[in-house]
Amino acid sequence: MKDIARLLAEIVGQEYVSAEPEERYFYARDPGLMPPHTPDYVVIPETTDEVQKIVRLANREKIPVVPMGAGLSLTGLAIPLKGGMVVDMKRMSRIIRVNEMARYALVEGGTSQGALKAYLERHHPRLRHSIPDAPPTATLAANASIHGQGRLTQQYGFNSDLVSGLEVVTGAGEICRIGSCALSPDWFSKGAPFPDLSGLFLGWFGATGIITKLAVKLYPRKKLRDVEIFVTDRGDLVPEIVYEITHTEMAEDILAFTQPKPMMFKDNHHVSFYLTGDTDEELEFKRKIIWHALDPYIKSKDGGFMGIPSMMKPVLLESPQRSASGLADVKKGGGFEYSGPIVMLERYPACMKKLQELGARYDLAYSGMVRVIDGGHSVMFAFAFAFNRADPDMMERTRKALKEVSDFVLKIGGLYWKPTVVEQRLAIQHMDPNTWKLMEMIKHNLDPNGIMNPGNWEVG
Amino acid sequence: MPTLQFDEKICETCPTGACLVKCRYMDVDRDQATVEMIKISRGEDSFVFDACVTCYGCEEYCTRGNHPFYLITEKREGKGLLTTPRAITNQWINIGEPQGRYKLGKIGKRILSFGFMPGFFKMARGKLFEDIMPSFVFGQEFFCNVVYIHFANTSIIKKRLPMVMENFKKLGVEEVVCLHDECYGSFAHLAPAYGIEVPFKPVHYFDYLYDRLKQLSDQITPLHIKAAYQRPCSSRLSRSKHHLVRDIMELIGVDLVEREYQDENTLCCGGIYAMLYGYDFAKDVQKRNIDDMAEHGARYCVFNCPACQDTLGEKVAKRQIRPVHMIDLCRMAIGEKPLPEE
Repeated sequence: MKDIARLLAEIVGQEYVSAEPEERYFYARDPGLMPPHTPDYVVIPETTDEVQKIVRLANREKIPVVPMGAGLSLTGLAIPLKGGMVVDMKRMSRIIRVNEMARYALVEGGTSQGALKAYLERHHPRLRHSIPDAPPTATLAANASIHGQGRLTQQYGFNSDLVSGLEVVTGAGEICRIGSCALSPDWFSKGAPFPDLSGLFLGWFGATGIITKLAVKLYPRKKLRDVEIFVTDRGDLVPEIVYEITHTEMAEDILAFTQPKPMMFKDNHHVSFYLTGDTDEELEFKRKIIWHALDPYIKSKDGGFMGIPSMMKPVLLESPQRSASGLADVKKGGGFEYSGPIVMLERYPACMKKLQELGARYDLAYSGMVRVIDGGHSVMFAFAFAFNRADPDMMERTRKALKEVSDFVLKIGGLYWKPTVVEQRLAIQHMDPNTWKLMEMIKHNLDPNGIMNPGNWEVG
Repeated sequence: MPTLQFDEKICETCPTGACLVKCRYMDVDRDQATVEMIKISRGEDSFVFDACVTCYGCEEYCTRGNHPFYLITEKREGKGLLTTPRAITNQWINIGEPQGRYKLGKIGKRILSFGFMPGFFKMARGKLFEDIMPSFVFGQEFFCNVVYIHFANTSIIKKRLPMVMENFKKLGVEEVVCLHDECYGSFAHLAPAYGIEVPFKPVHYFDYLYDRLKQLSDQITPLHIKAAYQRPCSSRLSRSKHHLVRDIMELIGVDLVEREYQDENTLCCGGIYAMLYGYDFAKDVQKRNIDDMAEHGARYCVFNCPACQDTLGEKVAKRQIRPVHMIDLCRMAIGEKPLPEE
C-alpha cells in the first residue's frame, strides 16, 4: 500500500498524495445520504500528463480510480465504492482561453463554476455560461458529466449539451480529444459534423474516463435581468402555464416550485421565470408578451402574478442562488437530498401528488422544484427532502421516501438524473437489453480493467 | 360576528351620488349611482361588481358616513365574485396568518405599530422617534388585515381584526401610532364601520411626524426640492389626515408639484391592479401616473406606503425621479440622512 502512495508521489509530488486517515475520511463521503466508503489514497494532479500517469498506474495495479470535482452530487457519485484512489481535480483549475466571438471557454477539468463566472464578469462582461444553482465550487466538468443544468438550460439544453469539446484520459490511459479540437485548434463543436463521441464520457460519472479539459459554450450576458412569479392553486394547470411561457420564447430560465413552508408558499404552485434584456424596452417587451400569454388564467382567476417584495428580488436574481441551501437546514442538522428525475412536463401533477403523499407519510419537510429543460422537451422534477443528520430515524425515513421516488420514476416513464448506484441498477434492469449491451461494450473498451469509478454503471 | 353598518336610506337621499360619480373607473351620473348602490345594498346584481377596481376611492368620496366600498366588497364576497386569482388571495391570507413570531419592543402606554412591514425597523430611528422608541409592535398578531378588501374577502378581516384588537388590549396600550396608514385606516375607519371595538386611540403617523417636526423645527434645513406625492389606496380611509402631507412638506421645505393625479384624483400605484387585472391595466395606470409626475417637474416621489414604494420605486427612478419614503424625507430634513442626489 505504501508503495502505491510513493509511486503516486513520484507523479504529482509528495504534498499532493495522501493515505492518511484524516483525508481518507473526508473523501469517503458526500453531503447526501449514501453510506461512506473510504478510499485508500487521495491524489491531486496538476496536468493531463499526470492524470494519464495515474490512470496507467491504476491499470497496472488494478486499483479503482474515482475522479472527483467538488464532490457535490449528493448521490454518492464520487464516493469510492470499492476503495482505491480518489483523483481530486481541484488543481486543474486554469481557464485556458475564452473565444469572445465564437463564444466558448476552454478550461481545465477541475475549474469551478464560480471561477469561470468571476473570470467572465471581469474579462468578458458580455458573456455568461449556464451556471447551476449548486455551490460555486461545483466544477464544470463534473456538472457536464452528470448532464447538469444551469440558468440557461431552459433556452439551450442540459449543460452537457453546451459542451463544445473535451479532452479526456480514457480508462485505458489514452489521452483523447473529442470534437472539433480533435483536428482543429478551435473548440467550437463537440461532435457535429462528425460522430459525436462526447456521449462516451458524458453521463458516465467518470466510469469511462477522466475529463481533463472541456470547452463550454457561452451566451450573451444582457445588461438587465428580472424575475416574475406566476402563482396558481391548480397543480394540474402548471404544465400548460409553462407551455404557454415556453411558446413565447421570451424567457431565460423557467422554474416551478411548491412547498408548504414558509406560509407564503403554502397550498400554491409557483412558476418563476427570468427575463433579460439590454434595454428597458427589450425587457418590458418580453415581460408584456409573457403576461399577455397568461391573461386567460388571470381572467379565469386560476392564477396570477404575485408582487415580489423588494427584499426577495435580489435573492431570486442571485446566480447561483444561495437560498437553495437554506432548505438544507430547515430541520437543523444540515441534511438535504433530492431525487431529480428527468420527466416530461405533463407529469408535473403526478410528481407533485407523489411528493406531497411522501412528505405526509414519512413526516418530512419537502420541496418540489422543476426546472424546464430545452424549451420544455423535458423537466427535472426535484423531490427534495430536508433532514437532521443527528436524527437517524429521520434519515431512515428520508431514505425510504427516496426509494419510493426511485420506483415511482420508472412507473411514470421518467429517467433518473445523477442516479445513485441503486437507481443505476434499476435503470439497467428496466432498459432495452440491447441498449445495456451497447453500454457494456463501450465501458469494456474504454475501461478494460474496470478500474474507473467501479460500482457505477455495473450490474452489481 | 362584526357586521357592516350600512344605511341604504342614506343612499336614497344622497344629493350627489359622489361614491360612483367621482369614481375614476366608471362613467355614472347621480341617478344611476343611487340606483346601483341601492341595488347592491339589496343584494341584486350590478355592473359595479365588474367595474370596481378596488381603489378604495368611494370610501373617501362618500361624505355622508356610509361605506360604499365595504358594501361592494361584502356583496361581492357573498356572490362569490372573485376580484383576485384564488392563489393570490390564498397567498396573502397565508402571509397574514398569526404564527407567534411577533416582535415587541419595550411597551409603554404609547407605541409605534409597524404592522407587518419589516421595512419600518430601518425607518423608525433617530430623533423623530426618540420619544417613543423602543416602544413598538410588529407581526401578524398586530397586522390590520385591511388589505383583504382588495380581494373581496371581508370574512378574514371580521375573523382576525377582533383578535388583533384583543392582542393590543393585552398590551394595555393607550395610543398606537400607526406607521402604515393602512393600519390607521383599519383602526380608525374600518373597525368602527363594522362595530369592532378599538381599545386604544389610533394615531396617524402624519400627526406624529408633524408634531415632532414642530418640536425639532430649529434643526430643520429646508430641502428645497420639487416632489410628487404618491397617495396610497388606504389613505382614502383617512381623508381627514391627507392635509398633513402638505403641512409636513411645507415644514421641511418640499415643494409638492400641483399635478393632475393628486388628492381625490389620485392614481393607485398599480401593484394590486397587476395581480387583479394583468399587464395592460396596471401599466396604463402606472404610466399615466409617472408621466404626470415627470410632466409637472417632480424630481422626487414621496411615498407614504412601503408597498407603493416597492411597486413604483424602481419605475419612477428610471424616469430620473428619486423615490423616497415620507419618514426618510423628514429625517433628511433634520440632517439624519443625506438627500439622494439628483
